[in-house]
Amino acid sequence: MADTKEKQQKKEVAKAYEKYARKFTPKPKYFMNSLKAFITGGMICAAALLLENIISGYGADDKTAGTYSVIVLVMLAQLLTGLGWFDTIGKFAGAGVIVPITGFANSMVAPAIEYKKEGIVLGVGAKLFSLAGPVLVSGITVSMIIGIIYWIMGIAGGQHV
Amino acid sequence: MSERKQTIIFKNKPYILSAYSIAGKKESEGPMSDWFDYCISDDTYGESTWEKSESKMLKTAMGEVVMRAGLNHDEVGAMLSGDLLNQLMSSSFMARDMHIPFLGMYGACSTMTESLMLGSVLVDGKYSDNVIVGASSHYCTAERQFRMPLEHGNQRPPSAQWTATAAGAMLVSQCSQPYTEMKTIDGDVVNCRNVRVESGTIGKIIDAGIKDANQMGSAMAPAAIDTILNHLDDTGRAISYYDVVLTGDLGFTGRDIVRDLLADAGVNKADIENVYDDCGTMIYDPQQDVHNGGSGCGCSASLFSGYVYKKMRKGEIRHALIISTGALLSTISPFQGESIPGIAHAISLESE
Repeated sequence: MADTKEKQQKKEVAKAYEKYARKFTPKPKYFMNSLKAFITGGMICAAALLLENIISGYGADDKTAGTYSVIVLVMLAQLLTGLGWFDTIGKFAGAGVIVPITGFANSMVAPAIEYKKEGIVLGVGAKLFSLAGPVLVSGITVSMIIGIIYWIMGIAGGQHV
Repeated sequence: MSERKQTIIFKNKPYILSAYSIAGKKESEGPMSDWFDYCISDDTYGESTWEKSESKMLKTAMGEVVMRAGLNHDEVGAMLSGDLLNQLMSSSFMARDMHIPFLGMYGACSTMTESLMLGSVLVDGKYSDNVIVGASSHYCTAERQFRMPLEHGNQRPPSAQWTATAAGAMLVSQCSQPYTEMKTIDGDVVNCRNVRVESGTIGKIIDAGIKDANQMGSAMAPAAIDTILNHLDDTGRAISYYDVVLTGDLGFTGRDIVRDLLADAGVNKADIENVYDDCGTMIYDPQQDVHNGGSGCGCSASLFSGYVYKKMRKGEIRHALIISTGALLSTISPFQGESIPGIAHAISLESE
């Protein structure tokens, strides 16, 4: 009982101190960051769409054109990461370059560069997915769960999915 | 039973015979560049990995203090050193080529005053004639261990601090300075004073419950306050006794909290403004885009053995209280929901 009381007290102190410290702590500029992310993210998507249309113009079907433009985006992001420019862009654009597939490419190449010194297998191989891995695992898990729900709803609705 | 005191008063007041500070490229572009003994132009320092470059920086600093004091390696009784890396990689790898008895220290960013305190104990107790102490940190090694790969395109929050690429070392000795003149950069010869370690206050771990690893300043500030107040209480001094009171790496946020809380504890506000500052706020220019200031063992180590030591040698500072502050979190503790324990050790230096 005494233990929980002490814990409670600690929690209260922590809460009070956090509130006090917040007065001194600078806050991220949420609005400006969102605006920058919106503009750069939108520009990347618009450029990708333009690229897709150009590729379609050469006679590729929609699916192939989409795949090609994804390949180009990934390649560009990888190149910029390798040149050491992506982190500068990312600092400015934030979610604008992280959320599109460019962020995924960056999160694979950045650890690959970083852990090269520990060797190809135990360095790059082991750490390559250290950033992208958690995202992939949660993404695939969620899509599986949604798939199962969709399937059950289909059965309950009497439709053959 | 006598009341516990956290402060050690050194009876023989060990001398700091020499000190050396070395800093990276970004630091050398900052306002403190003139006070560093050596600035490396390239953060790799000619090595193939970041860990090796950090180790080399520390080795340079350690070797230089021994040389500057006019001693041989076999006249040094012990070497106390630490850094931020797992298993103290930089320090141990530095020590393997030095052939000096070695003790590894870990106090996160508080390592400089921790090793200086224990080094002074060894000398003051006459267990060793000469002891070298030091600490180092490197932006690239700390970043990969505690945060993200360097090239990852993330946004750092404004409360985040920048780990300084720097190292500092001091040589603590029983004997006073063999020479008393020093040449300045301008070529003037000035009389140097002896810098002595007068007392030290061992800090308690204070955990105020901050869980965000991007708010180191506010996590460590309570520990710094506790150590400062205990030091003043134990020694019966007012804060104005000191010409400077410098904390290690609290950054702008932590510095403001310390100022506010010290005033709250009844310390004269004007005195706080006059004497108190933080190395994390001094090492970089706000234009350098480091957000909340510098951090890391090297931040306080390089400024204490560069800026503070040199000013004390010249007599511009007579009494200094230096407090390195550390956040004792590990790479896994934030993920286990743990808050950040803070620590701070204070050393009082005097020049005579």
